[in-house]
Amino acid sequence: MAIDSKDNVSNAGFVDKRVETALSESVILTQVDKVIGWGRKYSFFLYPFITACCGMEFMSVAGPRYDIDRFGAALPRFSPRQADLLIVVGTISHKQAPILSKVYNQMAEPKWVFAYGACVCSGGMYDNYATVQGIDTILPVDVYVPGCPPRPEMVFDGLIKLQDLVQNERSSKWPRGQAPYMPREKKA
Amino acid sequence: MANIIQIVKDRFGDLVLDSHSQHGDDTVIVNKNSILEIMQWLRDNEATNFNFLMDLTAVDYLGKGKDMRFEVVYHLYSLENNIRLRVKAGVTEEDATINSLAPLWKGADWYEREVYDLYGILFIGHPNMKRILLYEGFEGHPLRKDYPIDKRQPLIGPDN
Repeated sequence: MAIDSKDNVSNAGFVDKRVETALSESVILTQVDKVIGWGRKYSFFLYPFITACCGMEFMSVAGPRYDIDRFGAALPRFSPRQADLLIVVGTISHKQAPILSKVYNQMAEPKWVFAYGACVCSGGMYDNYATVQGIDTILPVDVYVPGCPPRPEMVFDGLIKLQDLVQNERSSKWPRGQAPYMPREKKA
Repeated sequence: MANIIQIVKDRFGDLVLDSHSQHGDDTVIVNKNSILEIMQWLRDNEATNFNFLMDLTAVDYLGKGKDMRFEVVYHLYSLENNIRLRVKAGVTEEDATINSLAPLWKGADWYEREVYDLYGILFIGHPNMKRILLYEGFEGHPLRKDYPIDKRQPLIGPDN
């Protein structure tokens, strides 16, 4: 099941798709998109979904020596309703996966997913019965930063690449839709 | 303090199948049908007074030539007397059940759920016998020796 703009029911993007395709790459709309992209990339509100040891490295990334505040992404919002960058940090087990999917679905668009660490990118060293082998089996991921844990410089490299991605986004990309994995309803 | 193994053997006689003291750890191997009676006596009488159940786990002896496939292992400790005892009870594969110790020690509750989750041994009389570490739709019991190491579960994750 792929994430696709066509799957969405409502046309609640910033610019109506029909207008976009009718004007087809007009200069005004691309400039508006650039301004919006510039504003979004320098003001990420993080949701650090931390489960394991990569969280220690995330703390040092947010600390004063390697400062994530330089990129405007200082304030973690521990409510998904107020956040737009979901940073998944640490091993995700099969029991934790519905929770992660629910948090992603609760975030408002536009939202991006940052896979921090080897366990999140591909399961890492835990190739076993209990670990999700990569977050991209349940969520759409925008940036993958491998490492166990990744050096803070690598994290910032990934963040800068994410900023480039956000800058060059078209507004017709949103809304992107729900995560492909939906948590099951609990049997009563 | 008299030898703890001798005390248990004097009281229970032929219910104690075997015993040893390797590396200084006193161990008795008992029949699983009398486990509740033995544990109750060990906890309540004044000579031994084992009021602390330190650990409850299981071992899978598949392929090692033993007649009972599983063995449930209990570690007991007495806070007043400072003595330790290990009690082992063999469990066969066909009848993988044993009495639950949750009525005696509250700590046995989660240990027994973990043993059920990972080995598949049912505990009769347990108040809440369900999986504790793995998710509800998980198929199989992973710490058994015949669980394939690369088996993928149906919920999520790339297919094998």
